[in-house]
Amino acid sequence: MTTDVLIRVQGLEKRFGKDIHALNGVDTEIRKGEVVVVIGPSGSGKSTFLRCLNLLEMPTSGAITFEGVDITDPKVNINRHRQKMGMVFQHFNLFPNMTVLKNMTCAPVTLHRKTKEAAEATAKQLLERVGLLDRAGAYPNQLSGGQKQRIAIVRALCMEPDVMLFDEPTSALDPEMVGEVLDVMKQLAREGMTMVVVTHEMGFAREVGDRVVFMDGGRIIEQGTPEDVFEHPQNARLQEFLGKIL
Amino acid sequence: MAWFEDLKRQFDINFIQRNRWKFITTGLGNTLLITFLSLLLGLLIGIIIAGVRSTYDKTADTARPTFGRRVLGFFNGFCKVYLTVFRGTPVVVQLMIICLVIFAWSDNGVALASLAFGLNSGAYVAEIFRGGIMSIDNGQFEAGRSLGFNYFQTMQHVVLPQVFKNVLPALMNEFIALLKETSVAGYAAVRDLTYGGNTIAGQTYNFFMPLIAVALIYLALVMALTWLVGKVERRLRSNDH
Repeated sequence: MTTDVLIRVQGLEKRFGKDIHALNGVDTEIRKGEVVVVIGPSGSGKSTFLRCLNLLEMPTSGAITFEGVDITDPKVNINRHRQKMGMVFQHFNLFPNMTVLKNMTCAPVTLHRKTKEAAEATAKQLLERVGLLDRAGAYPNQLSGGQKQRIAIVRALCMEPDVMLFDEPTSALDPEMVGEVLDVMKQLAREGMTMVVVTHEMGFAREVGDRVVFMDGGRIIEQGTPEDVFEHPQNARLQEFLGKIL
Repeated sequence: MAWFEDLKRQFDINFIQRNRWKFITTGLGNTLLITFLSLLLGLLIGIIIAGVRSTYDKTADTARPTFGRRVLGFFNGFCKVYLTVFRGTPVVVQLMIICLVIFAWSDNGVALASLAFGLNSGAYVAEIFRGGIMSIDNGQFEAGRSLGFNYFQTMQHVVLPQVFKNVLPALMNEFIALLKETSVAGYAAVRDLTYGGNTIAGQTYNFFMPLIAVALIYLALVMALTWLVGKVERRLRSNDH
């Protein structure tokens, strides 16, 4: 792991309306190749934090510097930077009117990142890696939940992003399908992909995470290596949280 | 068989003598032409309004108060007024205002009726499209944006193909309603199918035959279109991905 900072978050705040303070000043850095796992109770702001990183939520204040550029600057073309930030959603969000292959090649071809042939070659390689090459011509409604999420991951990878954001990728899956998705994510982590993962899978956090971030009330309460966070939690709220779920 | 002889005589008077059947065929041609032209105009207006309204609504959270945003806000307000006016007043009143007040100098009835019904239909088509856009899960939109598509690319490649499929049956039903609505064109002296039947009745003092003929023609057209809608719906369901 190198020490280059890929994303720097400073003073990030997000309010919905007047009364709801989803984020109350988050400061952190995500380094190249780092796997950061964000945990916390529901409503703690962890999904909002993740969605702010690629501006799916527009922060109320604060700065997000991605590859040296403050992407919260109104003059920045966010679409160019999003091409370098893959995102995987809880509910997959595959395009139901396209085949698996088209789901994967649509963005890189339309955005002139790749020729159609090159994109299809990359897509097929990725499909082979996740064991779904035989489903290239299938439509999303013909796939199981676990297959859909694996396709969603390789769809994002087809853009060759520098960071992958995962928003509770296994929360909508039947229990027996969680493993196949986590395996793909573990493989990705081993290959050195920078990842920010919001999840309730503590086993994954422990095994794969370089750093675990605990959020509550829109702030980062505690963070550290999985060992620090899970074996020696300092903060009372983290202790309570871990007591409930482990 | 006296009643049969009577029927034959009525048929002869109403349709054969003086080539009165031509009122029906000319009227039918005009009805179809008005329906087709107003459908095209309605689609054009509807897509533009739905585009403005849903773009304004969908970008509300992330928008900055730029000049472009204010321009969009102005058009959004204009569209709302348009929808209120054209859905809030009877189409026959709109038709008469357009034909007899605004364009009173023109005698191109078919064109004016097409304009009136098109403007009216546009308001309804707009709401069909807007409903279709809003019914697409926001996750589809976010997935498109997260891949680096801008707003319009997301609309073009991800959202609209799904919208068109979803709204096609509703659009065809609007088309059927439009066909029947054009029967009031006669209020502005536009010679449509109903007006044709009415003209015959006025000459022969016999309402039964011409009006039944007109009704049967509308019914046949609507039944054919309804059959087509059913077929399209089944088709869309069968390859529902």
